[in-house]
Amino acid sequence: MTNKIEVRDFNFYYGEFHALKGLNLAIREHAITALIGPSGCGKSTFLRCLNRMNDTIRGTRAQGEVLLDGANIYAPAVDVVELRQQVGMVFQRPNPFPQSIYDNVAFGPRVVGMAARGAELDRIVQESLEGAALWDEVKHRLRDHALDLNPGQQQRLCIARTIAVKPQVILMDEPCSALDPVATLRVEDLMRRLAAEYTIVIVTHNMQQAARASDYTGFFWLGELVEFNATETLFSTPSKPLTEAYITGRRG
Amino acid sequence: MAAANQPLDASIPPDEIAERRWGELIIEGVIRVAGISSIVIIALIFLFLLREGLPAFLDIPLRQLFGTRWYPIEEMFGLLPLLVGSLIVTVGAVAISLPLGLTTAIYLGEIAPPWLREILKPIIEVLAGIPSIVLGFLGWIALAPLIQNLGAPTGLTAFTGSLILAYMSLPTIISIAEDALYAVPKEYRDGALAIGATQWQAIWRVVLPAARPGLMIAVMLGIGRAIGETMAVMMVTGNAANIPSLGSGIFFQPVRTMTATIAAEMGEVAQGSLHYSTLFAIGIVLFLISFAINALAGRLVGVEGLRRSRGGML
Ligand SMILES: Nc1ncnc2c1ncn2[C@@H]1O[C@H](COP(=O)(O)OP(=O)(O)OP(=O)(O)O)[C@@H](O)[C@H]1O
Ligand SMILES: [Mg+2]
Repeated sequence: MTNKIEVRDFNFYYGEFHALKGLNLAIREHAITALIGPSGCGKSTFLRCLNRMNDTIRGTRAQGEVLLDGANIYAPAVDVVELRQQVGMVFQRPNPFPQSIYDNVAFGPRVVGMAARGAELDRIVQESLEGAALWDEVKHRLRDHALDLNPGQQQRLCIARTIAVKPQVILMDEPCSALDPVATLRVEDLMRRLAAEYTIVIVTHNMQQAARASDYTGFFWLGELVEFNATETLFSTPSKPLTEAYITGRRG
Repeated sequence: MAAANQPLDASIPPDEIAERRWGELIIEGVIRVAGISSIVIIALIFLFLLREGLPAFLDIPLRQLFGTRWYPIEEMFGLLPLLVGSLIVTVGAVAISLPLGLTTAIYLGEIAPPWLREILKPIIEVLAGIPSIVLGFLGWIALAPLIQNLGAPTGLTAFTGSLILAYMSLPTIISIAEDALYAVPKEYRDGALAIGATQWQAIWRVVLPAARPGLMIAVMLGIGRAIGETMAVMMVTGNAANIPSLGSGIFFQPVRTMTATIAAEMGEVAQGSLHYSTLFAIGIVLFLISFAINALAGRLVGVEGLRRSRGGML
């Protein structure tokens, strides 16, 4: 397998606060990479660095390189709008737009100017909803308001909205934390299927989720990447005492 | 609410509970009286208007009442010129203040850096406090000559009034619209940006629709401000009770609004005369118009709209 993303000597600052310290890691293509660690250790910050969502926060500064297919996304010539079409993001709290189900999914294709109307758009919407395992539940009510869906469905709608622009990477920041266990399992199943086509990076607080749903796991601690390895290895034989303490503490 | 069904805290002695209940009852009573009295007062105002203005509707044939001639001295009470005058001035004011107000709100709320917003917002709110007579005066000595220089036969025109009114309603529109934009959860913007929308696309396709109910209210209040304003308009619109001739120059002729008519003539009429009750009839028409605007705002926004615009992220 090839590396989709390579992070080299990466530092990130919120003003004076040094939030990410000297990160080096590689994210494999078509794999699910989980990021774990205690609250405030920088998981979300790191995730948001991968599609430069942190650019929207004033006073932040990034240093080092993040290579997407070998090209540095922090290079001056990079168009962040284009970057975010390639590296999509699903948030912790489901955030469908207050519009119809259809319009939510069609949003991306419309704004990025893909095949933007009629039957072609219908097809993209259907494929995306199928891809997000939501089609069967909503196919007869596409014009309904998205906020009438339950949280689990809303989150899958957000996933559909993200894959509608055909990104290469999908970033997910604790996508299941607002969902009940059944809805959580559905999203995990979905991730597994999506991994065939996309590269997935997921932040999670839930050790079990990282252990059962991911191929690789990175453990963050106070802005540093303590350990990064195949999920099985990291959970069965962690090489750092800190990792072991964390995963056993959280398990027990 | 769930809390209402909870058993009372057993640790509080019974007499203290009774005391609290009394307190609650009194507060509830005061609030109820306040609420009802505002309704009663509005009803009384309307009844008073009706009592004074009704004779006009009864004694003047409707054809004349809605006719094109307002010559009180000759007992000609046609309201049409005044209605048209108000309409033209208001439409002009809204046409100017709406785009300006909304774009300013978008700039303040979405684009301007925080330090600039901190400076601009208070300034705009101060503008709202300038007395209308001062603006009218400014319009008269500064704006009118300017407009005359542009080639209008006189500087005191409907357009002059529209400009002054637009300026007066801008602070209201800007500040309410900015609040509406501010209330749109950041998550919506992030959601749009995170799939490759530009900032402008996020604003136009997500933030503005989500803020629509609040923006509508801003617009409606702005219109309400414009239609009800008297002094400034009286000073700068020329006060000619004619229906302006149609055409491109329609905004550049003197007009007289309903409010200005009441203010200008009320001092001269004999109480109880037909002229007197006609002025009240104008008041009734104004009242009904503002009532209609409010009702329309309610319909456009709707309870559903408000719930939808915020409800998703609560
Ligand atoms: N916008 C911001 N401005 C300043 N500091 C921030 C900002 N966002 C996060 N931080 C700080 O950066 C650090 C990392 O935050 P981050 O949200 O990435 O942690 P996290 O690992 O995602 O935590 P959680 O598990 O609670 O989501 C924290 O100390 C946090 O206080
Ligand atoms: Mg986080």
